[in-house]
Amino acid sequence: MINEIALHSPALAIAIPLVFAFLLPLLKKWKKLAALMALIGFGAAETMAVLVFKSVLTEGIKVYVMGASSIGQTTPPFMPVPVRIILEIDAFSALMGLAGATIALLAAIYSIKFIKESHVKYYSLLLLMLAGLLGFVFTGDLFNLFVFFEVLSISSIGLIAFWLKRSEAVEAGFKYLTISAVASLFVLFAIGLLYGEHGILNIATISRDMLFYGFAFTDIIALGLLVCAFAMKCGTAPMHFWVPDAYGEAPAAVTAVLAIASLSSVYALLRIAFTVFGPLPHTEIIAYAVIIMGAISLFVGATMSLVQKDLKRLIAYAGVSQTGFILVAFGVGLVAINNVPLQAFGLRAMQGGLFHLINHAFYEALLFLVAGAIIYRAGTKDLNELGGLARQMPLTAVFFLIGAISIAGLPPSNGFASKILIYESIYFFSPLLAVIALISSVIVVVPMVKAFCSAFLGPEIKKFKSVKEVPGSMILAMLVLSIIVIFFGLFPGIMLESIVNPAVNALLNQAAYVGGVL
Amino acid sequence: MIEALMQNLPFVVSALLFVIGLYALLFKSNLIKMAIGLSIMGSAVNIFLIALGYKENSIAPIFTNAPINGSINAAKMAMPIPQALTLTSIVISLAVTALMLSLAVVVYRHCGSLNASKAWRLKK
Repeated sequence: MINEIALHSPALAIAIPLVFAFLLPLLKKWKKLAALMALIGFGAAETMAVLVFKSVLTEGIKVYVMGASSIGQTTPPFMPVPVRIILEIDAFSALMGLAGATIALLAAIYSIKFIKESHVKYYSLLLLMLAGLLGFVFTGDLFNLFVFFEVLSISSIGLIAFWLKRSEAVEAGFKYLTISAVASLFVLFAIGLLYGEHGILNIATISRDMLFYGFAFTDIIALGLLVCAFAMKCGTAPMHFWVPDAYGEAPAAVTAVLAIASLSSVYALLRIAFTVFGPLPHTEIIAYAVIIMGAISLFVGATMSLVQKDLKRLIAYAGVSQTGFILVAFGVGLVAINNVPLQAFGLRAMQGGLFHLINHAFYEALLFLVAGAIIYRAGTKDLNELGGLARQMPLTAVFFLIGAISIAGLPPSNGFASKILIYESIYFFSPLLAVIALISSVIVVVPMVKAFCSAFLGPEIKKFKSVKEVPGSMILAMLVLSIIVIFFGLFPGIMLESIVNPAVNALLNQAAYVGGVL
Repeated sequence: MIEALMQNLPFVVSALLFVIGLYALLFKSNLIKMAIGLSIMGSAVNIFLIALGYKENSIAPIFTNAPINGSINAAKMAMPIPQALTLTSIVISLAVTALMLSLAVVVYRHCGSLNASKAWRLKK
């Protein structure tokens, strides 16, 4: 039985949240039962993600073919090409899936008390978002990538505009809808171009085609469109305007999941750049574009974060700057794979980038949950009104401090561990880039100190005298995230060895990805 | 030149529609017009996909529709996959347009205006 489940875990990981999402509305009358069902759904999806991750780490790339007589049968008996719906999971996608499922589970636990009305609608959309996220990172097929991309964005829009009574929330939802609809049309257009050129939608087969026959002109247009679309959705600098709006207005638990959803766009960008197009000279242009976008968002995110008065917008801008770190690191990695003298540094940059991606997902989630806790008790996120909360909410203050130290990259934290890898490797590529990264990282300390001081320290404010610590379920979610963040910070070597390096190798090993299907 | 244009007419039309839609989305501040621009872009992509799978003198790619003179001649059929993609994409763009219009309705209820420059409150 357990073996059977493990065998089908990739499909179950997507199917379970999907089924639960549509089952929940049937339980509308029994609210507690519905919340319990939702939690069971998140727990089951998390279990599946763990199973997938474990089996990928021990056995290598996992290929799951939907509707075939046996799971590994990628090509139908009478056809030479894989035309079936294929899930292909390597160490990188399994890691993203695991991080997404974990954060979604914690967000769901946090939401038990945090969301006071229409539980059923909320949990259905959150489950749908998780299904979209897992499908998006697990799929081995370009068109399914598009479909899950849409599932993910449409359900996130429903959640961003969850509090319809607030006009700001609706506005943020509208902006996010515009950007994600344009991005997904770009993706579809690019998929059409690639299909016209290669006659197939399977990522591995397209990748092999390009390895053998090189690029056609339309492929380059498709690459540009895809990079544009995913850069739009991951919230990098010239297209970052939706990030503070959407992150600031969505319910806090949703924002945590939304952050990992944006990072999954970074995943798709890397999958396209490394696996589909691979180490061919043309990708260098894209690499420089990615580096420039990353450097701009590093600086813009950090400086814009300085002037914010709204706690969640402040964290969101600091997050834009962290996305810049990830993009710069992977851009340098992408340049270096074609450039032999730089290869060692390129590999290190990619390790740093990937480690930072995972760290970023967790501490950003932690910070947003803390912001949510403040909103839950104090009723405002305006830093000018807040003050002295550390007396009433000591645990929350500690959690915020942990998150703030990580995002600022101060020594014992996980943010420091990954940022140092990035600095020391991109320095050899371009000292200027390292300087920009270092300065931006230092600038991020300032808004974090400001937020901590003005929300938690200072004289007691009369309005907040009756404020209490948040309920246990919310504490639990923040506690687990803090433990993960601290653990990553204390043992970066173990993390690099056990989860980051397999993922980086999977990303670089194009032949293994192709070989998984063909 | 003209001949090449005429041969690739569907692609030219879809590129033009895509640009028109993008223009409406970027430069119009009325929310309804933005929704219209978005669905024009969606149609452009759909036209592109359909044109991709078209072959001259081909028949619809339905199995039972194939000519019964012995073997089924797959070469005579239009490509079925782009049509399947288009079908999915139509459904998705319907959902996106509906969602966008319903959000516009809520925005109008709150602010009494559909003009983005008047209705938007989040700045900086």
